[in-house]
Amino acid sequence: MTQATKPLAIRLRNCAKTFADGTRALQPLDLDIGAGETVVFLGPSGCGKTTTLRIIAGLERPDAGGSVLFDGEDVTALPIEARHVGMVFQSYALFPNMSVAENIGYGLRIRRLTRSEIAARVGEMLAMMRIEALADRRVDQLSGGQRQRVALARALAVRPRALLLDEPLTALDAKLRDSLRLEIDGLLRRLGITAVYVTHDQAEAMALGDRIVVMDHGRVAQVGRPREIYQRPATRFVADFIGTMNRLSGRIEQGRFVTAAGALAWPEAPADAREALFRPEDVAIDDGANPPLRGTVAAAFFLGDRTRLFVDVGGERPLVIETEARRDFARGQAIGLRVDSRGLMAL
Amino acid sequence: MRRESFRLFSLLLPAGIFFLAFFLLPLTRLFFIGGSGAEGFAAYAAIVTDRNYFASLVSTLGLAMATTVATLIVSGLSGVFLQRRKFPGNGLLVAMLTLPLAFPGVVIGFMVIMLAGRQGLIGDVTQFLTGEKLVFAYSMAGLFMGYVYFSIPRTILTVMAAAEKLDPKLEEAARSLGAPTWRVVLDVIIPGLKPAFISAGAICFATAVGAFGTAFTLATRINVLPMVIYTEFTLQANMAMAAALSFVLGAVTWVVLALARTAAGSSVAAAG
Repeated sequence: MTQATKPLAIRLRNCAKTFADGTRALQPLDLDIGAGETVVFLGPSGCGKTTTLRIIAGLERPDAGGSVLFDGEDVTALPIEARHVGMVFQSYALFPNMSVAENIGYGLRIRRLTRSEIAARVGEMLAMMRIEALADRRVDQLSGGQRQRVALARALAVRPRALLLDEPLTALDAKLRDSLRLEIDGLLRRLGITAVYVTHDQAEAMALGDRIVVMDHGRVAQVGRPREIYQRPATRFVADFIGTMNRLSGRIEQGRFVTAAGALAWPEAPADAREALFRPEDVAIDDGANPPLRGTVAAAFFLGDRTRLFVDVGGERPLVIETEARRDFARGQAIGLRVDSRGLMAL
Repeated sequence: MRRESFRLFSLLLPAGIFFLAFFLLPLTRLFFIGGSGAEGFAAYAAIVTDRNYFASLVSTLGLAMATTVATLIVSGLSGVFLQRRKFPGNGLLVAMLTLPLAFPGVVIGFMVIMLAGRQGLIGDVTQFLTGEKLVFAYSMAGLFMGYVYFSIPRTILTVMAAAEKLDPKLEEAARSLGAPTWRVVLDVIIPGLKPAFISAGAICFATAVGAFGTAFTLATRINVLPMVIYTEFTLQANMAMAAALSFVLGAVTWVVLALARTAAGSSVAAAG
């Protein structure tokens, strides 16, 4: 299927939001979302990501001075019904008094398309979401995954200028979440539609986003491609929120980072580094006679395809490392570790 | 198996005795009294054949229907509004709207007279403005006003409770699909409130059909069935006719309520 309208470029300028009770949900925000791009807003609850989405949708007005531009045109004063955007909600928000086909055709009926045009478009949507068999079902006869497919079909049936998704997979169980995530990804690529996706799930954000906007306490913490966000987090918050991050405190002495458990080679270290951060996958077990770091196994979890180790190295928190599944570890066992210096970060 | 059914039987017994003593027996007795008059069970046909009785049945049902519709419109609008907009004094206003529950029908009739009677406020104001006194307390219009007044508290709380359960995301979804406000009301809010409208409307209707105190206070000339029954019973001492009319009044109300419940049942089942 083809998208009739050309993808939309969205621009937020100085968008802040203060609620009636005086709480600042969103600090002034500037953001450009390119035509056809998928941008994921990621952050813990209350970080302002949903507020931002609602400002884009037209469900909230930004505070005075803020503006929302669609392809350069100021739409700040336009209510959602005039913005022509598709929305998908966590709670599906399907109309309970309508069948699946009636739900999908609702926006088309509002637009006064003819009966045959509506039937054709609804059929096309049902086929696209592979839910043809459900057309005449009532909404309460559907599973969560089926409901979200209907909601997607309903939002896309009107050929919106952009698709806005507010935690669409959060209410689903893990397996279904994975398969529907793949499907949404395929759909967004195929349609080439501009999409804004809100989630608190970093795996979802990594998989779907062309770019990720990490938010915290109403502020943007970092904007970047998933790889950048993961490998070069801009702040401690981003480093901790995305993936698992190990920390070792120490200081630089003669080009090496010296800690209580040993010293690490770190050629690119800043001279005033007090803490080294690194991901579990950059740590390896070193069985040589002189490993850079020494520690004891605090806990070992066999995960099937790998083993997750918590290694006590005298710091506040044990290091988390991932290693091959075949080897067995006992609590209290002494082991040596080395860290790939390319994975070391200071923040 | 036998023990099980015996247990069930004994559990049902108290409710069964109650039902028998206070519902079936009096109703059966009423039914037979209705047939005990000079014309026998033909008395039951009189409600249709006697022009007077039939007219009062029609006007009673019409009045109850009009009261129900007006009440649902008023409490639908204000119920949703009061649920959505919280402002200082909101709780007080809700409490005041439910105040008429505390008044018996006689008092409400008295209030209607004070408002729209010969010495009433509306009469005074219209005399001042147009030179003519507008008096409608002693007619169907006055009765309608009184009924709406005491029906609102019976429905508004039900509507408010239902309005609280409406999912705001449904309205947002409809708007995102381009629906203007009136379509949102028509396609989302009214279907969402429909079960509450049906159950509150049923109570409203039944109360309006059977209400007596207000009508009695306003005028004995008002031709509604409860007044006719009262007249037959006390003034004409026509016990059989009064019983027959009572039975029919009850049966008609029951049928209307049963129909409403069937409609509500199917709409409740259809809701997500």
